[in-house]
Amino acid sequence: MAVIKPFKLDEVREALTALGVAGMTVTEVKGFGRQKGQTEIYRGAEYSTNMVPKIKLEVACADAVADRVVEAVQAAANTGAIGDGKIFVLDLGSAVRIRTGETDDTAL
Amino acid sequence: MVRAMRLAAGGAAGALATGAAWAQDAALQSPPAAAAAATVDKGDTAWMLTATVLVMMMILPGLALFYGGLARAKNMLSVMTQVGAVACLAMLVWVMYGYSVAFGPDVSSGLLSNFVAGLDKAFLSGVTPASQAATFTRGVEIPEYAFVAFQMTFAAITVALVLGSVVERMKFSAVMAFAAVWLTIVYLPVAHMVWAASGAFFKLGALDFAGGTVVHINAGVSALVAALMLGKRLGYPREPMPPHSLTLTGVGTGLLWVGWFGFNAGSALEANGSAALAMINTFVATAAGALAWMLVERARGHKGSALGFCSGIIAGLVAVTPAAGNSGPFGAIVLGIVASVVCYFAVAWLKPKLGYDDALDAFGIHGVGGMVGAVGTAIVYAPSLGGPGAVDYEMGAKLVVQVGAVLATIAWAAVGTAIAMTVAKALAGGLRPSAEVEHEGLDIGDHGERAYNP
Repeated sequence: MAVIKPFKLDEVREALTALGVAGMTVTEVKGFGRQKGQTEIYRGAEYSTNMVPKIKLEVACADAVADRVVEAVQAAANTGAIGDGKIFVLDLGSAVRIRTGETDDTAL
Repeated sequence: MVRAMRLAAGGAAGALATGAAWAQDAALQSPPAAAAAATVDKGDTAWMLTATVLVMMMILPGLALFYGGLARAKNMLSVMTQVGAVACLAMLVWVMYGYSVAFGPDVSSGLLSNFVAGLDKAFLSGVTPASQAATFTRGVEIPEYAFVAFQMTFAAITVALVLGSVVERMKFSAVMAFAAVWLTIVYLPVAHMVWAASGAFFKLGALDFAGGTVVHINAGVSALVAALMLGKRLGYPREPMPPHSLTLTGVGTGLLWVGWFGFNAGSALEANGSAALAMINTFVATAAGALAWMLVERARGHKGSALGFCSGIIAGLVAVTPAAGNSGPFGAIVLGIVASVVCYFAVAWLKPKLGYDDALDAFGIHGVGGMVGAVGTAIVYAPSLGGPGAVDYEMGAKLVVQVGAVLATIAWAAVGTAIAMTVAKALAGGLRPSAEVEHEGLDIGDHGERAYNP
């Protein structure tokens, strides 16, 4: 799972496709870390939005390629500025392909 | 130029200029040349019919979108419906008794005729396709129905403007009750005072080409009083309440600007040079206002904003309204700039400082911009500044008249609004919806709909 800058999504998808990753789930999310939100001003009334729009990316992959997936996301989503996001690696208990009932690695 | 509202002797005009009609004319301040000789020009008539529907476009959809976009998504339909519904109510009030009270034949009491006209033209009694209304040119008149319809749209937009301060927290039923009372005791007398030949401000020579006093100061001050009586929106100013669609506000701004040519140039009541002057002024004062607002934002260390652009446009339009045919183009530009700067500080500094919740800045822009325009008109009217005033124009004396008319309008609007809000509260069983409804939004609470369904 990774949280990245929205405009980096295409590059990350291309990098993962090149690695053979066959699918991903993308969600538009909001959050904050070190990067703070923008200040919006309407007729002088200032609203500081604490939350910054981000993209949450969920990719399930075999343990064997996990490191390379992490590297690819890290390289593709990097701009060098704060707010580039984070990558979290989680163990998945199991996976099932709904259409066929295949499980675990063959389901990915 | 002052809007001379001498109406050609009732329904019997032209053909039957009876002795009674002449006696009535004689009671007016400035009976022009023989009404019987007055002609109706097809060009003037065509322009007035066009101008009337342009003003209608300012209300629906112009003002409805402009205000609606500034509100939160959960109140979009409520704002648009309130704007449209009070405008419809105003149209019905206008033909029933509004036109007569504002522009009908004088009442016999000289004192009372300073404030209202009589009910002789209630239900448009005596108005026919053949009856005529005066213009500013002797011997030139327009069909009375065209005048009735044109003035009707002014009443309709003015009451809708007032709502800008109270949206998002006033019940639909209370809004309608308020509108009926407000039109009757505030709009009609003020329109009479400023524009009818027997009106108090008219006789003093107050300059108000297209409604800076009647429409904008009147609506703006009423909006402030209504907002103060109603109280703040739940969560204001703690919670952010940003506009839900500046796109629609931008669309509404464009419709307002285009419609305003009907409002201002139509107020010449003829298709002539005065209308053309009003038109060019309505272009350039507005353009200057739009850019000035954005420059003030930059000077204050902010970004020049789209809402600032729209707000500057409205401030410029409001300020040039009384001056439209009473100023040269460069006087109008100065007026647009000054109004924009003053209105910026009214909404961005004065409002938070005083803490009232004028939700969509009806007072901050229409009220304040209207005052700048009304007082400024006395300045830009001067021939030395490019205005159309006579060579012996006395600016000082006119300034006194303008300030007097502004102060009197403020007082009238404030008192009348306080009464109208009190009556509305009694009639509608309270002014505000329950806290729960206000929280959920008035779209669902008052109308049972949502503006946007996924």
